[in-house]
Amino acid sequence: MKSLLLIMVGAVFVNNFVLARFLGLCPFLGVSKKVETALGMGMAVTFVMVVASACTWLLQYLVLTPFNLDYLQTIAFILVIATLVQMVEMIVRKSSPVLYQSLGIFLPLITTNCAVLGLAVLNIQRNYSFVQSLVFAFGAALGFTLAMVLYAGLRERLTLCPVPRIFRGTPIELITAGLLALAFMGFAGLVPN
Amino acid sequence: MMAAVICLGSLGFVAALLLGMAARRFAVTVDPRQVALMDILAGANCGACGFPGCDAYARALVAGTAKPDLCRPGGAETLKRIATILGVAVTERPPQIAVVRCQGDLQHARLKYAYQGLQDCRAAQKLARGPKLCPAGCLGLGSCVQHCPFDALAIDSRGLAMVNRSRCTGCGLCVTICPRQVLALAPANETIHVLCNNRESSARVKSYCNAGCLGCRLCVRTAPESFVMDSFLAKVRYGYGEPSTMAEAIARCPHHCILNLDEQGNNQTLPTPHSVRERSTP
Repeated sequence: MKSLLLIMVGAVFVNNFVLARFLGLCPFLGVSKKVETALGMGMAVTFVMVVASACTWLLQYLVLTPFNLDYLQTIAFILVIATLVQMVEMIVRKSSPVLYQSLGIFLPLITTNCAVLGLAVLNIQRNYSFVQSLVFAFGAALGFTLAMVLYAGLRERLTLCPVPRIFRGTPIELITAGLLALAFMGFAGLVPN
Repeated sequence: MMAAVICLGSLGFVAALLLGMAARRFAVTVDPRQVALMDILAGANCGACGFPGCDAYARALVAGTAKPDLCRPGGAETLKRIATILGVAVTERPPQIAVVRCQGDLQHARLKYAYQGLQDCRAAQKLARGPKLCPAGCLGLGSCVQHCPFDALAIDSRGLAMVNRSRCTGCGLCVTICPRQVLALAPANETIHVLCNNRESSARVKSYCNAGCLGCRLCVRTAPESFVMDSFLAKVRYGYGEPSTMAEAIARCPHHCILNLDEQGNNQTLPTPHSVRERSTP
């Protein structure tokens, strides 16, 4: 139980996927204009990450390892994750139009996102058990959502600030992202890793 | 080698099979008219139609709960095509365009105080009703610029909002955003406008600004068909009057608030040269 908690805290704060591992920077910079959309993206990522890590874990230990096909890991994982996301999108669209409205547009964006793939690979590299990998996935997604929402909030305020002409737009946004990452460095050492 | 081919091949096959089955099992039937409408609508999701985005408007159109003439950015062309798809008769409405009804830059309009807060007109308006003495003048902090989905607005070198007439679609989003109603919609083919938004009497307007409408009625007396008074503010009766008498009225306006924007090119810009006016101390 304690180890699960450590994995969780480590994934959310210490080794935050976006701000410490620099995975998933594309949605981090792209879908963070408004807190609302950032939250929607975070929810979609949470969902995909948990489901994908469960599937890839099963694939690794039921197919790839028994047949000595570990070198196919990357391509097999991408294949499975992409299929999974596509299928989930179809099902959600049919069964819950409301959920599709709020979540649907984000799902194709994260089909083969590096954060999702990185999570699947990390699960295997660290020899996590099935439950551990699920907890790790949830923590990582939570950390991703946290970073997204914090950054979106900062960006919303930035739009109203008198920014010097040279820094307007992308430059100040990148600097802000850097400062946010620096702030998260304060968590380093909280969990031995 | 063989194992890898078989493994990946079967993985791909299973994935394709699953996706194929899911596509059939969970197929969502969409009205083909709705798909066609989505291609026609402007796609800017500006919300001028009153629906949250083009998708919602297309759905309402197919359901028959919305009028077909609400897509203002699309204009007459879109209206015609919507009508063809839905099979209904429509009447065209003349295209409109936004006009900034203010010329009170810092050369002409006086300030109440130096504003240093959030760079947003609505925030500035909440602080003692804005930093400009004139309660109806453009604050120039660009709330309209930020909200324009078509990049048709800018703050020009004078610090006033400026409409790019070739880009403006007349969606009217800026009109609702502006806290002082400086922006207004006018028929797109009209180029002569009164560029002031202050209805107060001449003494008041003079104390605020050297470029405001005084309510002197000179334009109304010169071209009675083309101009009307709204309190102490002259307004153009769009679509009435002779160009020659209107030109005379433009020439006689003491504060040069009536402008023919056609002469200024495509953008709404300051007439040059403005008669030199010394900025008197408030």
